[in-house]
Amino acid sequence: MADSPEHQDDRNGSDSLRRGVLVLHDVRSELDGIQTKVVAGIRDAGYDEASTFAVRLALEEAVANAFRHGNDEDPRKAVKVEFDISGDRIWLAVEDEGSGFDPTAVPDPTEEANLEIPSGRGIMLMRAYMTDVAIVAPGNRVEMTFRPNG
Amino acid sequence: MDLATAGLKTTDHDGVIRVDFIERNILDEANIQLIGDGLNQIIESNDRPRILICFENVEHLSSAALGALITVSNRVGSKEGQLRLSDINDQILEVFRITRLDQMFQIHGTAAEAMASFS
Repeated sequence: MADSPEHQDDRNGSDSLRRGVLVLHDVRSELDGIQTKVVAGIRDAGYDEASTFAVRLALEEAVANAFRHGNDEDPRKAVKVEFDISGDRIWLAVEDEGSGFDPTAVPDPTEEANLEIPSGRGIMLMRAYMTDVAIVAPGNRVEMTFRPNG
Repeated sequence: MDLATAGLKTTDHDGVIRVDFIERNILDEANIQLIGDGLNQIIESNDRPRILICFENVEHLSSAALGALITVSNRVGSKEGQLRLSDINDQILEVFRITRLDQMFQIHGTAAEAMASFS
């Protein structure tokens, strides 16, 4: 289970850069802004490009899933992104307003029969690039942690 | 559609269409729909399209971009065309490997190598 953020009195870092709650309604027009803020916090905390790439990818996959599948692309619904970045771990949570889903029912996109299907790789990529991924019941919230040493 | 609107530049090399991404180094949810439409336009305007998509300067992509590439591949195949990818950096190549899509696409290190592989 991915751990939750703890209150930290971060006198040495840029507190406003490294933690926050962001809300998105349309991934096509607002994703860049979300990514820019989270990546700024990651770089402020001193993570390397490989780490930034990994977290950026996992975040996009989670947000895209939340918007498309959780909120049915309805811009009246919100996707909430929480992030908490420290020197030894990056914690993210993405939550939509949908009714959730069963992650065990998602087909394996790496199976031969599924390779030519354009969609279905988001969760796999999140699990590949983040150290821990927890899909919180009923499935409309995902919490992820990245630790640079795995 | 003006392909430049989709951030695409095309050049013709003896009938092989090379596609470069000119505006953004990030292929993600924000722009992939437009990119997919642009690539589809290129495919539909050629009988048996031979297309090279060059990823030089592309620093990030997501599964949405992979999905668009799969759609492109399927469409090119349906028109008995050929598709190659080139100049993919190591981080993005790893995404292809993790998803096993490196086995689905013909990926070359450089555009020159990709060009030489077309029949």
